[in-house]
Parts: sequence; structure tokens; C-alpha cells
Amino acid sequence: MGRTLAEKVWEQHVVRRAEGEPDLLYIDLHLIHEVTSPQAFDGLRMAERPVRRPDLTIATEDHNVPTVLGPITDPVSRIQVETLRKNCAQFGVRLHPMGDAGQGVVHIIGPQFGLTQPGMTIVCGDSHTSTHGAFGGLAFGIGTSEVEHVLATQTLPAYRPKTMAIEVTGELPAGVTAKDLILAIIAKIGTGGGQGHIVEYRGEAVRKLSMEGRMTVCNMSIEAGARAGMIAPDETTFAYLKGRAHAPSGDDWDQAVAYWKTLRTDDDAVFDTVVEIDAGTLTPFVTWGTNPGQGVPLGSVVPSPEEFADPTARSAAERALQYMDLTAGTPLREVAVDTVFVGSCTNGRIEDLRAAADILRGRTVVTRTLIVPGSMQVKKAAEEEGLDEVFKAAGAEWREAGCSMCLGMNPDILAPGERSASTSNRNFEGRQGKGGRTHLVSPAVAAATAVTGRLTAPADL
Amino acid sequence: MDAFTTHTGRAVPLRRSNVDTDQIIPAVWLKQVSRTGFEKGLFSAWREDPTFVLNDPSYEGASILLAGPDFGTGSSREHAVWALQQYGFRVVIAARFGDIFRNNSTKMGLLPVVLPAETVEAVQSAVEADPTLQITVDLEGREVRWADEAAGFEIDDYTRWRLTEGLDDIGLTLRAADDIASYENGRQPWLPTTI
Ligand code: SF4
Repeated sequence: MGRTLAEKVWEQHVVRRAEGEPDLLYIDLHLIHEVTSPQAFDGLRMAERPVRRPDLTIATEDHNVPTVLGPITDPVSRIQVETLRKNCAQFGVRLHPMGDAGQGVVHIIGPQFGLTQPGMTIVCGDSHTSTHGAFGGLAFGIGTSEVEHVLATQTLPAYRPKTMAIEVTGELPAGVTAKDLILAIIAKIGTGGGQGHIVEYRGEAVRKLSMEGRMTVCNMSIEAGARAGMIAPDETTFAYLKGRAHAPSGDDWDQAVAYWKTLRTDDDAVFDTVVEIDAGTLTPFVTWGTNPGQGVPLGSVVPSPEEFADPTARSAAERALQYMDLTAGTPLREVAVDTVFVGSCTNGRIEDLRAAADILRGRTVVTRTLIVPGSMQVKKAAEEEGLDEVFKAAGAEWREAGCSMCLGMNPDILAPGERSASTSNRNFEGRQGKGGRTHLVSPAVAAATAVTGRLTAPADL
Repeated sequence: MDAFTTHTGRAVPLRRSNVDTDQIIPAVWLKQVSRTGFEKGLFSAWREDPTFVLNDPSYEGASILLAGPDFGTGSSREHAVWALQQYGFRVVIAARFGDIFRNNSTKMGLLPVVLPAETVEAVQSAVEADPTLQITVDLEGREVRWADEAAGFEIDDYTRWRLTEGLDDIGLTLRAADDIASYENGRQPWLPTTI
């Protein structure tokens, strides 16, 4: 019987296999940031262990950093960032600090340097590590104990998850983006739908996505409960990688591409679970509740808890409506927002900024609008194209790179009761600041919403 | 890590589904660089509400959390596990867990027990009727017992062995140092380094 892409990558990385034990997997790339690493480095120091492969490890500062120029004013955040600097210096790990041209959100910089390649195993103490699976590798988030484990051994003990195929048939209609697709998938299978699985996104609509779009889709695999998301590499992948700083070159490139072409699910391979979704029926999507599965087409209304047959889902919906201060039956287009956020590792890449700029060009925003590039390189590229001028002319704020308003950990937060349209990945209670209310949307919908002050699709303008 | 064999204690019912790790411990608490002091951040937004179940004095001192399905979804923050442990929990029982949270728990010796949703609800109701009810979580026997009832749960042999022995994963892996070195010698030559 043939093997799935996930199985091929897994098998390639088994260091040790023994009856009744998890496989010991080799890790090709370990990404680090300031939040989930300090206790891991402490553990190494206590046990007097070195970092086994600093040359397969890279660090950046992203979660705590302010997105306006200047030092970190919060003393606790500053200590955390300084701790990362000390740890990287002591253990010999490459670090891109604030202000550095290579700095950015951890999941943006890996692909941008060409460090994220097909067939690799990639981990990070961050659940959105699934982003890197867009290149056809196996990438997943780990906790701090596992960060320490990888630092010390460059391996992880793990049981192979089950495999799930999400077959996206048909084509995405014009104006419907990768973000809408993944929000629709999560609404369909639920936040626990992918649990225990590695998801492979397949089908014509997925093949047609750019690398940026594929990363957006894989990024939110974790929101569907999956351990990882993957997309088989193809010409789009190779074209994206070619010439990047750490991509193979010369003979290595040819050898690598020959191998990468074998990284596809065999025709006779069998997935544990198969889900189908028709891209042709999709429209811009938005969440109304407090988990990413609580989403509906933007053209519809806030659902009523009675619509949920399952009592747990019903009570979750009741609580969500209360927290979100929404009434069942309200058209989503009538929901007014205070703040628009375009950024994060879900939608902070150049293509996302272009999509927002296309809407904002020649228009004016009526809400507080933060446009935050995912990395300094994205920022530079956007400025070279003049996108920053478009944003500023529209009245939006053009910021430095970082996680920003994706999570309530740096100065960019919502005030209690404030409502946002956000291109990030989590609408949990308080995620963007205590008491804040989040609607997850695509960059195009975010920009259109900034223009009208209500949840708006670009086609409505 | 402390060894876990059998634990008996009182429980607190948390009747909510999809309790993500941002709720267990909000991001502002993640700025600490130490491993201690996270109990204060546990469910911190909800604890401001006097009617929140953890504020109910009848459940004070409970060491078993009876949670709704999809507990610990979302962010990979191990701080969620530390907060639960430092608050005094030894066991979380739920119908489904976020994968990373469950993994993190077993690394730290907080036992995640999966029981069918109806069973979790039955135990929740039993505890609501009598908050002093003693519940035993027997890892060696893979069984939860309360009143006259019992329910078996599944956990793989390896994880159970590691928990009952209180073994450090890194120490175990380093025994395979030779395997790691020989794997490294055979890696594909084009794979990137960060240096
Ligand atoms: S942008 Fe958001 S989801 Fe991505 S790494 Fe930063 S905080 Fe996490």
C-alpha cells in the first residue's frame, strides 16, 4: 500500500523505533522566541547540557516587542527579551533581535530565509508552527519541556498522529481568499475536528494557492485541533524557494528538487479520515463567537444558540453571544467595529498587505487601523512598493514588525468591550486584550471593514 | 517530575467546552521567565467573577478538574500546565484535550484522563451533589473511581510507565545518543543550517 506525504516525512526522520515506545524523531529546524524558551534554557543550565545543534536553531523576538520605534517600556517584557538575548549568546544560537533586518514573527522568518523546506521536520514552542507545513514538511508546535528536549537532543519522542485529507474541490470564487477557505474548513469540522491528526490539504483550489495563501491555510490547522497541516510541494513551492538565502543551490538544488518531487501522497495511500469541501460555494467568512469554529459567511446573520443540536455547542454559543455582545439574527454586515488589525503569522505577509492596500488605495478608514508587517523584510518590501504610503494616506497606522495585536502581550491591545476585525487566528475571550471582542477575517475584509466601520466584504464597497 | 501512581482527592466541575489555554492562563502571565508563580494567573479573567466555580468555597482544595470537551486547545503554552499544577491540580478529566496541552501535561506529571463525555458529566453531577466526594484516579489500574462507580480510561503503556516512574524524557533520550549521531551522519547534504 502507498504512503501519505505525512508518513513519508515521518519515516524519513525516525532515529530510533522500539516496540511499545514512541518513535524518536530527528528535528531539522528548531525555531525559538522569547516567550516559551526561558525555562527551557534554565533547564539546560541546571543539567549542565549544551544545545546539541545550535546550527539547526534560530531565534527571533516577536511576541513582546512594541510595534512603534523605541525601547520596550514594560519591564517584565524587557526582562523576557533580555533573557532570550543572554541565552542565545551563552548557547551560541543565532538571534534576530528587535530592529534587526531579519527580525519578525517566528513563522514568517523561517520561510523568508529559505530555512523552511519540503520534507523537513520543524518545531517551535508555538502552536502556529503548523504554518511551515505549507512547504510539505512536518511542522508542529511544542511545549517548553519539549523545547528543552529538542535543544538538548535535536530529537523528540512522538507517536505518529493519524492522517486526514481535506480535499478542496472546485475553485475559489474571485474575492474569496485562503483565509476564508480555512475559516470555512474550521467551521465545518469544528475546533476538535482535526484532533490527533496531521492534515493534508489537497485538491485543485489548494494547488492554485500562492505560498502565502498556503501558509495561511496551514497556519490555522491548529485551530481545527490538528497537530500539523501539510501541502505537497510543487512548482509553486520550488519557485518560492529558489534563490533564498538558505535554499540549496547548484547541484544541491537539483538533488533537492528531485527528492522534493517524491514528497506526495501515493495514489493508493489511505487516509484515516477524509473531509471534502467545495471551494466554489465559498464566500468571505467571518467568526461571530469566541472560538475559531464559530464562523459563518459574512453575508449571513449571527446564529441563534437554538440552531445547535448538541447541548455543549448550544451552551458555548450562548456564552459566546453574551461575551461578544451580539444578538442572534443580527446581519453581520451591521456589526460595528472599533479597531481593524492586519498582521500576524496568519496574514502578515506581503501578499496580505497588497490585498489590504488594494482596498484602501484612494479610500479613508473610519476606525483605528493597525497595519503590522510580519517581518522587517516584509516591511521593507511593502515600502519599496509604496504600500506604506497607501496605508498612511488612508489614515491607517503603519507599524514595525511583530506579533502585535494577535495576542495581548505587547502594547497593541483592545480595551475592554472594544470590538475588532482581525486577520489573526484566534478569537478567544480576551485574546487581543482583556474583555476585547474579536472577529476573524481575511485582509481584504479587514480593509473593507476599516473603510465602513462595519463588517464589510470588498464587493460591498 | 513527581511520580504519579494513584491520586485520591476532591474534584471541581468546570462545565464549559473549548476552554483554550488563553483562558487557562492569559498571555500577560507568560512574560515571566521563571517556572513558578503561575497559580495566580490560572483562569484569571474568570476568577474575577464571584460566581465562577473556582470561587465556590465548597470546592476549595480540590485537586481534580472535571472539564468540558476540548480542554486545553489553542496555544502551546506549557504555562497552562504549570498554572494548573501550582494551583493544586494533579489530574484533569475531560472527553477531549488539545493535543499539545495533553502532551505538555504528561511531560510535567499532570495527568490528563480521557473519559466519555457522558461519564465526565456523571462525575460532574455527582460532585455538584456532594462536593466532598472523594475521587480516586488510579493510573496503574487505568481507572477512575467515585462513590460506587468506576470507569476505565486508556493511556499508552510508555507514557504510563514514564509517569509512574517520574522519569525525565531527556535523560531517556540521551541513552540513544549513538542512534542520534548515526542518524545525523546520514542526513541529506542540502539540508539548511542557520549559521
Ligand atoms: S503572530 Fe500571533 S499566532 Fe503568530 S506567533 Fe505571534 S502571537 Fe503566535
